[in-house]
Amino acid sequence: MPLYRADFAGNLAHDEPQEYLWTMNFGPQHPATHTTLRLVLKLEGERVVDAMPDIGYLHSGFEKLGEHLNYNQYVVVTDRMNYCSCVANNVAWHLAVEKLLGIEVPPRCQYLRVIVAELARIADHLVCNAAVGLDAGAFTFFMYAFNPREQIYEILEALCGARFTNSYTRVGGLMYDASPKAIELIREFVRKFPRALDDMERLLNRNRIFVDRTKGIGVLTKEEAINRGVTGPIARASGVTRDLRKDEPYLAYRDFDFDICCATGGDCYARYLVRMAEMRESLKIIHQAVENLPSGPVSVDVGLRVTLPEKPQVFGTIEGLIQHFEVIMWNRGFRTPLEEVYSAIEAPNGELGFYIVGDGSDRAYRARCRPPSFIHFALFPHLIRGHRLSDVVAVLGSLNIIAAELDR
Amino acid sequence: MLSTIQRLRENFALLEESQFRGQKRVVVPREKVFEVLKFLKESCGFDMLVDVTCVDYLTYPRRPPWGRFGLVYNLLSTETGERLIVRAYCDVDSASVPSVVPLWEAANWLEREVWDMFGIRFEGHPDLRRILLPEDFEDHPLRKDYPLQGKGERHNLPVITRAEG
Amino acid sequence: MALGLLPGNVLITRLEALVNWCRKNSLWPMPFATACCGIELMALGASRHDVARFGAEVFRFSPRQCDLMIVAGRVVMKMMPVLQRIWQQMHEPKWCISMGACASTGGVFDTYSVVQGIDRFIPVDIYVPGCPPRPEQLIQAILDLQEKIQREGTLLGREFDEPRRNMPPRALLENPGERPLPVQPF
Repeated sequence: MPLYRADFAGNLAHDEPQEYLWTMNFGPQHPATHTTLRLVLKLEGERVVDAMPDIGYLHSGFEKLGEHLNYNQYVVVTDRMNYCSCVANNVAWHLAVEKLLGIEVPPRCQYLRVIVAELARIADHLVCNAAVGLDAGAFTFFMYAFNPREQIYEILEALCGARFTNSYTRVGGLMYDASPKAIELIREFVRKFPRALDDMERLLNRNRIFVDRTKGIGVLTKEEAINRGVTGPIARASGVTRDLRKDEPYLAYRDFDFDICCATGGDCYARYLVRMAEMRESLKIIHQAVENLPSGPVSVDVGLRVTLPEKPQVFGTIEGLIQHFEVIMWNRGFRTPLEEVYSAIEAPNGELGFYIVGDGSDRAYRARCRPPSFIHFALFPHLIRGHRLSDVVAVLGSLNIIAAELDR
Repeated sequence: MLSTIQRLRENFALLEESQFRGQKRVVVPREKVFEVLKFLKESCGFDMLVDVTCVDYLTYPRRPPWGRFGLVYNLLSTETGERLIVRAYCDVDSASVPSVVPLWEAANWLEREVWDMFGIRFEGHPDLRRILLPEDFEDHPLRKDYPLQGKGERHNLPVITRAEG
Repeated sequence: MALGLLPGNVLITRLEALVNWCRKNSLWPMPFATACCGIELMALGASRHDVARFGAEVFRFSPRQCDLMIVAGRVVMKMMPVLQRIWQQMHEPKWCISMGACASTGGVFDTYSVVQGIDRFIPVDIYVPGCPPRPEQLIQAILDLQEKIQREGTLLGREFDEPRRNMPPRALLENPGERPLPVQPF
């Protein structure tokens, strides 16, 4: 590819524009990409004429690995997919597996999964908005956003022992029941977080520099959004009133009172506002769920032979021991139908779906992930054309591209 | 008001219709993919292409009779919320199907990924290059005859020692 | 010279130790953050775990300004040449922390595209286990590295020549391109 040099004074000779095009490499190691992706930008002075994304710098073979790990082992790998909201991926994966097996988890498990999925949504939106703020020069906002994130990590740590990559779900249930301490931490978070959110909104919502740098930048229309398969906050910022939590209610979302947050601007600022508003709605859901948390088991009956029995039963009774071995021995385990199923949830980033092909064994024959980041990054050249070089980071931040999910 | 499947049945020769856990699926001949999807988009309101993917049925216990690779087009109507999965099959020697990029822009990268991972050519695709793997990679890793650990590509790189760095 | 002749607030040391002391307390990290560990690396620099307490908060994204590379996350075969190039652009003396199981050994990703440990291709000083490691672990790694710099580092950077310069290059476990590996079922 030839490298065109720009005139030092910036005088553009319009009769031969080719001579004045820069080709600039952006990434794969660049502070503003946040992740590993590469862009080849064609610039005319400061203006971006075209952008050619180059991805695959983090392609680690997730889907191939899914064919070699069983349904409970693979949850560890889904954590590493969208690492800003690990638990949401766990929930998505095991909902798909349970749809294939045709089992429904008990109410307490459903409520706990809703709580962790919404906590993950808040954590993801915090990171995304913090990154947009950071790229637009608002470093203080980054500090404000990462503090509640640490509180979310503390809750998840109390729930399942890992602060970041949780692997909280299992086929037909959860790893552990929530302890009273975890419930108390969640209540405390629900009490404290609105104030932090108010602070953040006061910092950035009407900040002149931030608004100037994001308003009218990277506009996506509703028709384009639908044609390009965009989902989640990005689609809702463009006026697509679609949210799988309302449209195809999974888990216990039918029981909660919450709103879908939409905007019509379709620009980076609208995407920022939608994410801010969604955090409040998520908090409403968490509040309702934690106050109405049903009692009962968190896993399905051991008779279905998908979950492990309680440890005292395994150590104390012969039936418990037999049930334990029935599940974990390599030639036993559970049987899946020879069928294919697609199941999706509203992950923080958009529609996160899994297409699973069962071949009778306890391993997926094919574990396809429908990654929202992959679909959204394809938008990028369309959004950036005609804008300036400094807008590249704002658009990239507002799309919330997570490379591990982008490349898998 | 006829259902989508009934309207499809009237207009095209479907190979199979099935349903599992409430999900409707149709199998169409490989050559007819573009026509069927165009009909679904323009006449049945399926305005969003959610996903394009593929399954390699080389070692599957119940192999479908139409070919080794099964393509999956996952459609959604944002108006009614209806979902439909369209399948088409092809074999290694005939591994090519018409591209649906003229209908949905979303198909662009998804089809490139299927080409990268399975080696299925999409006729009429504007830019069919590898997307995730390096350009000089030779195999298609999600095929069932490709080993999980690869064929040594991951270690085919130069080594830098402390003295050279 | 007798020590007793010096005034009370004067310390004496070797120049080498002084330089090492300066170096170890002003490490400038180059965050090569690819995957999940990168988020924990951000948490390390953010408010709660504040790495500024150890003098290593100046994250610079230009390799020419840094002397500590933190490789956080898995490195795949498409990324490895980039990593090597960035390592070569850094000035001596320089150190490398391999953060997390993926960077150190490949971790759970024993797949066709993931490099099974970056130490096969670039030199590494400190390995941090964990998937991902907690920020506290990374702080410990930085402390260990500081100790190593104080102990081993020299004014002339001689820790990098003898006898390491004469060491044979590390042999690869798998010979590329000659024999396909058998598929190992889990």
